[in-house]
Amino acid sequence: MSTATVTRRTEGEPDAQQRRRMLTPLRMLLHGFLIVVALVWLFPIAWAVLTSLRSYDYTAANGYVSFGGWTLDNYVTAWRTAEFGQHFLNSVYITVPAVLLTLFLASCVAFVIARFSWKLNIVLLGVFTAANLLPQQALLIPLFRLFTEVPLPEFMSDSELLYDSYWGLILINVAFQCGFCVFVLSNYMKALPRDLYEAAMVDGASIWRQYWQVTMPLCRPALAALATLEVTWIYNEFFWATVLMRTGDKFPVTSSLNNLRGEFFTDNNLVSAGSVLVAIPTLVIFFMLQRHFVRGLTLGASKG
Amino acid sequence: MSDLPLIQADRAVPPPAATTSTGGRRRRLRLLSRTDRVVITLMVLVPLLLVTGFVWLPAVATVLLSGTDWDGIGPLNEIDFVGVRNYSDVVNIYPPFVPAVQHNLLWLAALFVVATPFGMFLAVLLDKEIRGSRFYQTALYLPVVLSLALIGFVWQLLYSRDQGLINAVFGSNVDWYGDSSVNIWAVMVASGWRHVGYIMLLYLAGLKGVDPSLREAAAVDGASESRAFFRVVFPVLRPINIIVLVVTVIESLRAFDLVWVVNKGRNGLELISALVTQNVVGEASRIGFGSALATIMLVVSLVFITIYLATVMRENRE
Repeated sequence: MSTATVTRRTEGEPDAQQRRRMLTPLRMLLHGFLIVVALVWLFPIAWAVLTSLRSYDYTAANGYVSFGGWTLDNYVTAWRTAEFGQHFLNSVYITVPAVLLTLFLASCVAFVIARFSWKLNIVLLGVFTAANLLPQQALLIPLFRLFTEVPLPEFMSDSELLYDSYWGLILINVAFQCGFCVFVLSNYMKALPRDLYEAAMVDGASIWRQYWQVTMPLCRPALAALATLEVTWIYNEFFWATVLMRTGDKFPVTSSLNNLRGEFFTDNNLVSAGSVLVAIPTLVIFFMLQRHFVRGLTLGASKG
Repeated sequence: MSDLPLIQADRAVPPPAATTSTGGRRRRLRLLSRTDRVVITLMVLVPLLLVTGFVWLPAVATVLLSGTDWDGIGPLNEIDFVGVRNYSDVVNIYPPFVPAVQHNLLWLAALFVVATPFGMFLAVLLDKEIRGSRFYQTALYLPVVLSLALIGFVWQLLYSRDQGLINAVFGSNVDWYGDSSVNIWAVMVASGWRHVGYIMLLYLAGLKGVDPSLREAAAVDGASESRAFFRVVFPVLRPINIIVLVVTVIESLRAFDLVWVVNKGRNGLELISALVTQNVVGEASRIGFGSALATIMLVVSLVFITIYLATVMRENRE
């Protein structure tokens, strides 16, 4: 957009619709550039989808830069050999409780931070927020030891340890993700009108009721954004599952891919089918809840 | 602003209870029943214990262990303190360390010098009200939804020597993931692909929060668009810039998933994070030695976390 257009906006203030239609050469250049960038950005994903839909024999004979050999067999084979059903279930076992617990615990802390003005609030906020930013690998050594020392009853974990159990992964994900949610939620809660609490106090509402029945319903937009984001993050989590799990059958789907590569080794068509399958849940969430997802990402970082 | 109302949510409200004296606060505390106080304590204590137990205590333990020669097997009372020997070993007699530091710095440079400015540039372009903006945005931040491990697999389809697209198109015969002289560049491209979308999103949100009258004033004064951006808009974005800087440093320090799925961080893909992991879960469990590596990561990240916290806390108080 040239300076002329900017000045024009300040003069006559033509509505946005009108301004959008003005296709100056500069604007066409802009669109051309953006289209190229967007296509380049989409390309690797599109290529994975395309590869997954072609038979290995066809691409092996004709090369990948060819046309034909369309099939859905890769998905069937990938699903079967990789036991994706079980791994998706594992991801659900870990992600759902972890997200719910993270939101619940984080909102509790955030409520106290936002509701009362104590001196320790800022320390508390720092303790939680910083925890989320530490490099996971820097905690690995003691945690690894801790997990192999803490016993669990057999009905909770067949390893009888926190190590190699869903519980361990849920706990570590919650501990790590709480910080981000505390930060976002406390900011959000601080913006709620204080009169609400005065009124609630007059009505004799306990602290718990003020939290659960007054604050939480008002935080729904923030909670929705955080839930969307946390689901994708915990579902995508790779490091903890890789180092704190041992039994292949219990791996969540994201980190199971690595163990499965051996089976797919020379067959990129299968690798791509597997990749697409693993990506589907996050892509579905993304397209359904795009607004929440984007809002969540910008909530914490661009507070200011 | 309209679709991102949460960003400045805080602004509308005057600082709560700023005028309340200590007496008032004490009175409010006394208004709380015993149950209320128990509830408050639990609400803070349970999450606090979790974060302390699983994050902060291990972090402290890492620092302590880095001064010992523990092999991870013997009882804790047999641990000997060896001072800074682990650190001198890391630097002097551990061949992968220097390449790992170089790779981490390279990673940071690539994200910071290439991916971040590009993401910012795209955000500036998309901030203009243009048709199809939503499509462009979606295409650009789609990779952010995918896990880095998955991104490693997706790019393998382009990089693989025998079945990859790049070699097929250019008739080359490079093993992009396997050749130790090129693979770090290959994974950085994949990592940057994701980072650009994330940065674009952060700046887009930031730009929406910039007061439009600032830009109009600059335009009236006859400032060119790029001049207006660098002189007027960019300084206003200072908090975002700091956050982006910190996010980029921490992301490049924490980089792990990509190199681990490619070859477990060996053969040209050494990163400090991968070395720590190799020393613990790999064949040799050298606890003290691995802890020294981990402590280095911890110290670097804490510097930037402090900057981050100082920035966001100041923003909050304003």
